[in-house]
Amino acid sequence: MFDLSTAQMEIQLVAIVVAVACALVGVFLVLRQMAMMSDAITHSILPGIVVAFFIVQDLSSPFLIIGAAATGVLTVSLVELLERTRLVREDAAIGIVFPALFSIGVILIARFARGIHLDLDVVLLGEIAFVPFNRTEIFGIDLGPTALVMMSVILLINLIFILLFYKELKLATFDTGLAAALGFSPALIHYGLMSLVSVTAVGAFDAVGAILVVALIVGPPAIAYLLTDQLRLMLVYSAGIGVVVAVLGYWMARMLDASIAGSMASMVGIIFVVAYLLAPQRGLVASYLRRRRQRWEFAGIMLAIHLFNHEGLPSAEQENRVEHLQDHLNWNPDFADRAVRWAERNRIIVRRNSHLFLTEEGREQAREAIVR
Amino acid sequence: MTTMTSAALESQPAIAVRDLTVAYNDRPVIWDLDLDVPAGVLMAIVGPNGAGKTTLIKAMLDLVRPAAGQVEILGQPYRKSRDRVGYVPQRGSVDWDFPTNVLDVVQMGRYGALGWIRRPGNRERELALEALDKVSMGEFADRQISQLSGGQQQRVFLARALVQNADVYLMDEPFQGVDATTERAIITLLKELRSEGKTVVCVHHDLQTVPDYFDWVALLNIRKIASGPVSEVYNETNLRLTYGGRVAFLSRDAAAPATAQAAVEED
Amino acid sequence: MFPDFLTDIYSDYTIRNITLGAMVLGLVSGSLGTFAVLRRQSLLGDSISHAVLPGIILAFMLTGSRDPLILILGAAIVGWLATLSIMAIVNTTRIKQDASLALVLSVFFGFGMVLMTFVQRQPDAAAAGLQRFLFGQAAAIIWDDVRTMLLIGGAAMAVFLLFWKEFKLVVFDRAFAFSLGMPVRRFDVLLTTLLVIAIVIGLQTVGVILMSAMVVAPAAAARQWTDRLGLVTTLAGLFGALAGVTGALISAYAARMPTGPTIVLCLTAIVLFSLVLAPNRGILWAWVRQHRQSRELRSRVVLADLYWLSQQHAGDDSGHSIATLEAMSAGRVAVDHGLEDLEQAGLAERTDEETWTITERGREQAIRDLAEEEREGSDV
Repeated sequence: MFDLSTAQMEIQLVAIVVAVACALVGVFLVLRQMAMMSDAITHSILPGIVVAFFIVQDLSSPFLIIGAAATGVLTVSLVELLERTRLVREDAAIGIVFPALFSIGVILIARFARGIHLDLDVVLLGEIAFVPFNRTEIFGIDLGPTALVMMSVILLINLIFILLFYKELKLATFDTGLAAALGFSPALIHYGLMSLVSVTAVGAFDAVGAILVVALIVGPPAIAYLLTDQLRLMLVYSAGIGVVVAVLGYWMARMLDASIAGSMASMVGIIFVVAYLLAPQRGLVASYLRRRRQRWEFAGIMLAIHLFNHEGLPSAEQENRVEHLQDHLNWNPDFADRAVRWAERNRIIVRRNSHLFLTEEGREQAREAIVR
Repeated sequence: MTTMTSAALESQPAIAVRDLTVAYNDRPVIWDLDLDVPAGVLMAIVGPNGAGKTTLIKAMLDLVRPAAGQVEILGQPYRKSRDRVGYVPQRGSVDWDFPTNVLDVVQMGRYGALGWIRRPGNRERELALEALDKVSMGEFADRQISQLSGGQQQRVFLARALVQNADVYLMDEPFQGVDATTERAIITLLKELRSEGKTVVCVHHDLQTVPDYFDWVALLNIRKIASGPVSEVYNETNLRLTYGGRVAFLSRDAAAPATAQAAVEED
Repeated sequence: MFPDFLTDIYSDYTIRNITLGAMVLGLVSGSLGTFAVLRRQSLLGDSISHAVLPGIILAFMLTGSRDPLILILGAAIVGWLATLSIMAIVNTTRIKQDASLALVLSVFFGFGMVLMTFVQRQPDAAAAGLQRFLFGQAAAIIWDDVRTMLLIGGAAMAVFLLFWKEFKLVVFDRAFAFSLGMPVRRFDVLLTTLLVIAIVIGLQTVGVILMSAMVVAPAAAARQWTDRLGLVTTLAGLFGALAGVTGALISAYAARMPTGPTIVLCLTAIVLFSLVLAPNRGILWAWVRQHRQSRELRSRVVLADLYWLSQQHAGDDSGHSIATLEAMSAGRVAVDHGLEDLEQAGLAERTDEETWTITERGREQAIRDLAEEEREGSDV
């Protein structure tokens, strides 16, 4: 029918579109501290998918997507309903609702869906390798794999929603109270976003499975969050990281001959670890180096303030001796020694026969630090 | 800068803070603080939000690691004087929907003395009931803690500190969000503790009541502005230094804004 | 069928193992889960239970053994690693708890899937044995499994009971526990270890995806029935055991009822039952209370209005029309129902089809009500 390389291209294309669609809505989930909602939704759409499948008998029908997505929104409202009784907390409410719905789905499949093309493994892990075999045609023209067509539409919807309501989403994310006061219903935006997450999850599950959807929704935004402070850039970075995850994950799976969805999730983990260690501002290495530098600056100022506070007092004679630093500041000798030398080098203090005195500049710095 | 002339200082201080600097992620919260709390005083720590009041209490209790300096309580580091120190955390720091009752919470004050594994018994029960009576909460012993009002919760915390039978009490905002009756009851109790020779240190917000409630005060804003007897250091100059001179505090006409300011600081 | 399976429990070796295994698992995970829920770590349980998958498979790949003890050990180690990763991300980056949980959950699980494909490639049926860790399979429980559960669960419960007092204080009031010199962080670690144990112990029965429900749901249900920590914990254990046994038996007898989901649905039923019907906290009782209060309030409003009218029109016994009363309360309350309640209490009486008057007892009651309102008003 078609050669392998076309199929490979198509698989990667589907993965990219899924990853970008997930990353875009994921940014807002992560910023609104509702990332675990993605876990709940991806699990609990299962019964929705099963029931809708019984009715329409077509895994890629738009009706199935809408029907199943409704289960996702139902999950959100059930969690809120439980929470509003004030008998259980939000985390416990989530932890009760989605296993229940998921269980219903699993039992429905086990009892009624044997032999039909609706396998639990597929739901959990997806089977992106089969994506090219299921194609959409209109008037006899091949539009490409059904999953690609479907996810492209979902990606477009996500993009339009975010572009149209960018201002409202931003406001409702950072200041729910103000958003409400200005008349942008936070509840409406909340449910709008949750509907998008549900639709995206349902659309994507067939290709990549429930668990990878979680990785793609949460992973790229979390990585982007380590790289930038701007919402606009975070959206762009997340989408970009999504693309990288999709492509590298696919090739990792090819090389290892392993599950494609699993490899992509693992790739999210690998990229996260790299960013966690090496991110320019917030990476572990960068902050370690910054800490180390600041440590001496901080010790120097501490020393300056200490001397400043005792200047001109009878206790100064006592307090400004080097040995005293070990004694009263509780610094170990080595640290005290290095802090004093740092301060000397930076002309904060001068040492006269084992007594320390502030320079004019040191005095100024101490004054500035304590007055703020 | 500081006036510490009282005779109380001649004996060993109950709490001695030396050159204390505390920082969270290298952001200083307390800068090089020296503070002596004489034994037997009832002291308020006041200062604006973010002034490091709670941090100071926590540093005294070894709950945060200082970047420099040290604290001694009754002449020893905290880990050695622990048995003689009672602590009342902020009421909001715990989950009041936790499934337990009043008596149980008060008995927690004896856990330190009980040591590992041993369970509270009759003696602990009696001590707890006695303490509850002192804060007029005797009839609430079996009450679930979620059913208490703010003032009652604070009394329970106080009773828990009482059963610790300490010499030094450190209290983080014991008057926060309590009703007028409870406030009176608490201050009466604190004064009683002082008359028994105990030292009580409270983080406090209501600037109006400082002169009535306390005999010793420390004004704090990242660094110490002043400390000493209320009559000597609790004046407009020091308050301006502490709060940045935005509000007039002690003059009678300005009483209302001062309270308003204090109320804002509370949240 | 009912007596059937009762005798089976005594005589049938397989059924006895299933019942025992599910009971032990429910008991241990239910009671140990109580502290997780109280510490607001319900979702940590979910994250851990997904994340242990690679641990199980790695343990199998490295040892080639399917001994439950070894697989559980592998799961526990990786569960621990997952928890550490979550804490490291939360403590050292700006990423919040929720995103860390979701990230670790999905990445670890995905890695487990990669490993799973390696195992599946092996010719023997090794993978089939591991597959059941996804959703659990009670029917496959043998005496060895039960013994392992008893051993690990028993040890965990013993630690739990030994440090009961300390755990309670650390969870309720960390700062105070610190001030008493307790090694709070070590207790954190210990509690998290117990949570990991509560999770891994039931993996082969319930499966990694649904195991978190076994930890969260029993405690959430038990919390509704009592305000005492000891009782909450005991009840949670009993609920867990009940759901475990019921679910496992249904799954063993009914065709095509997977164990994990069946047990979880039994638990969900217990949770719903508790939320609605538990005395005091239950939704039903709250609703009844509220209904009664609003009914009382309604009677009071109507009585006060009647009293006011009788004062205004002293000497006029012809009564006051419902329309007047409705106008007075401005449609806030259902006047006719209020009047019926008052009539039953003997506080008001009908003078005609549409007119009512206050009785002598009603007058006294109204005066008492007004005095009380005044007293309460002056307090504020």
